[in-house]
Amino acid sequence: MKLMWFHLMPYTELPDDFREKNPSVWVDIHSSLFDPRRAHHMYNDFMDELEFAAECGFDAICVNEHHNNGYGLMPSPNLIASALARRTTDTALCVLGNSLALYNPPTRVAEEFAMIDVISGGRLIAGFPVGTPMDTCFAYGQNPSMLRERYLEAHDLVVKAWTESETFAWNGRFNQQRYVNIWPRPVQKPRPPIWIPGGGSVETWRWCAQMDHVYCYLSYFGYKAGQTTMTGFWEEMKRLGKEPNPYQAGFLQTVGVAETREEAYKLYREPAEYFYGRCLHIDARFANPPGYTSEATLRSGVQGMVSRAAEAASAPPKYADKFTTLAREMDGIVDKGYVIIGSPDEVAAQLREVAKNLNVGHLMTLLQFGNMSKDVANYNTQLFAEKVMPQLKDVFAEWDDRWWPRPMARSERAALPSFQSAAIAAE
Amino acid sequence: MPEPDTFTVELNGFSSRVWKAGSGPALGFLAGFGGLPRWMPFLDVLARERTVIVPSLPGFPGGERGHTVLDNHLDWVLTTHQLLHKAGLDGADLAGSSVGGSLAAEVAAIWPLSVKRLALIAPFGLFDEKEPATDPWAQRAPDLPGLLCADPQRWEALKAEPEGQNSPEWPIEQTRASEAAARIFWPLGNTKLEKRLPLIEAPTLLLWGEQDRIMPRNYADKFAQGVAGKTEIRVIPGAGHLAELDQPDAVAQAILAWTR
Repeated sequence: MKLMWFHLMPYTELPDDFREKNPSVWVDIHSSLFDPRRAHHMYNDFMDELEFAAECGFDAICVNEHHNNGYGLMPSPNLIASALARRTTDTALCVLGNSLALYNPPTRVAEEFAMIDVISGGRLIAGFPVGTPMDTCFAYGQNPSMLRERYLEAHDLVVKAWTESETFAWNGRFNQQRYVNIWPRPVQKPRPPIWIPGGGSVETWRWCAQMDHVYCYLSYFGYKAGQTTMTGFWEEMKRLGKEPNPYQAGFLQTVGVAETREEAYKLYREPAEYFYGRCLHIDARFANPPGYTSEATLRSGVQGMVSRAAEAASAPPKYADKFTTLAREMDGIVDKGYVIIGSPDEVAAQLREVAKNLNVGHLMTLLQFGNMSKDVANYNTQLFAEKVMPQLKDVFAEWDDRWWPRPMARSERAALPSFQSAAIAAE
Repeated sequence: MPEPDTFTVELNGFSSRVWKAGSGPALGFLAGFGGLPRWMPFLDVLARERTVIVPSLPGFPGGERGHTVLDNHLDWVLTTHQLLHKAGLDGADLAGSSVGGSLAAEVAAIWPLSVKRLALIAPFGLFDEKEPATDPWAQRAPDLPGLLCADPQRWEALKAEPEGQNSPEWPIEQTRASEAAARIFWPLGNTKLEKRLPLIEAPTLLLWGEQDRIMPRNYADKFAQGVAGKTEIRVIPGAGHLAELDQPDAVAQAILAWTR
């Protein structure tokens, strides 16, 4: 299986009383909480951590897109990915992704992703989320009633822009362009692999199955909560007669590894409580604009991850049962499986179970979370790479990963410039 | 009051419910935010003097999923005009509330002969950044009734699922009504109606709930200043944004007097 390293880039200095004094980490979080001089160090630390993960041998490093968001400092993941393309050599670059309906025209995404693919020599995984309500409908003002249709049209336009060799006119319902002819064109042919981070809507399961895209569930609530969603996806795949290749799925899991479980508990308690306490403090006002969730999904009773977080966060205690309450303290966080902690062997055993139960061949690990320092993040990353990863590599060896980047041969790719190596050596 | 007659008209491949009650000259009503999942007392008062005709806008209760084929404001305005025509309201007096009020104003502006006298209850369509309208879609569910009505129970009663029904379709229909309003007015409620107000020649009554917590009271002045025809502003005490729900009698009487 593939082990991937995901960064959300959370602002790490939200105040202790953030939850009491602020309505939301997202959409209308106050600008006075943002110190650009501190964020300068956060961005550089985060990019160091991503590059370190690549160095440690993770199969991919992953970035994503959020807007007006205190736990996700990447309005443009493409900026980060292009910087990573220059500082890594063999690791896949997973941009998960660009919310297609937000780009006008959507060919901007085809162009930028093609640039990253060309700069990196064909290492891009192209992620296309619909985007959360907070990002798309509230921060970017997109109409929730048309978001999904715009998204689907933009997807078709981007794929055609990558694969059609002649200049063509796009006469869509929402987009019209007389001359579509992007330069550059991606290295990967016919196009980079497309992965879809979904929130659990029935249409997305079906669409991924039909399009032969990877379906990813980026859960903050771990494997226990993710089971329903992944089961739903695989049932839909089965219904459509598709093979259950685990590489057609991705799953995000927060992990903290140390020499012993007790040490892990101590080491990761603060960043976990910071993440679930402050970062996931989302105002329910922004969780569910009408039309965002399709009527078919409403009928099925499946609830999106973000709206779940928001509702759980805002539910008055008297209504909140054990399932809907968001655990914000370490015991609950661990009990509910939001974060898997333990010794390398314990973590490996649990992740093996998770991968098999969810049938997921692409495991995206969140090894930096909350206000975790670079030192701790790198410790977590290195220990995972050295002692957990080797125990998991054989899982799903019998399956072919058709959704992984196909880069140019290493010998054909540009070498890192010598001044860069010299500068690093001089440190 | 007897039950209204119900018939349907076809629009863009979807059907829309039309209610008709009372006798006398025709008076149309386009419902506000949330639409009309059920008949309401305000319509009974109107029906004492007039033939009240209540067509459902696409996507609102009774309007199926007709909103899904309307992609821009021109689509909405043309469809509303067609709907009024098919409901038998050409040249009739027309009242509209909230989101429906905005579309009633559009029709009166673009087809001046199609509306005789106009009555608007806190219509959408304008936006003033100095005094922004409340965002009706960014609300926690328990807060919404108190934003739409002075007496939250009026909204809750309008939207309450009929006893014994217990089907997912009812709440889905109510969400769809909110979505249809969003499809027209997201994100600010500003459809640039201001540019077309000078085309409205019909005498226009502007009704505003004294406790409207969605549309600031000053928006009534902007409408009054913009409309070419004669205007009058009437503030309804004890009423919120959907004044016809809070004060059915006072609002209906004001409309009847204006269109008499």
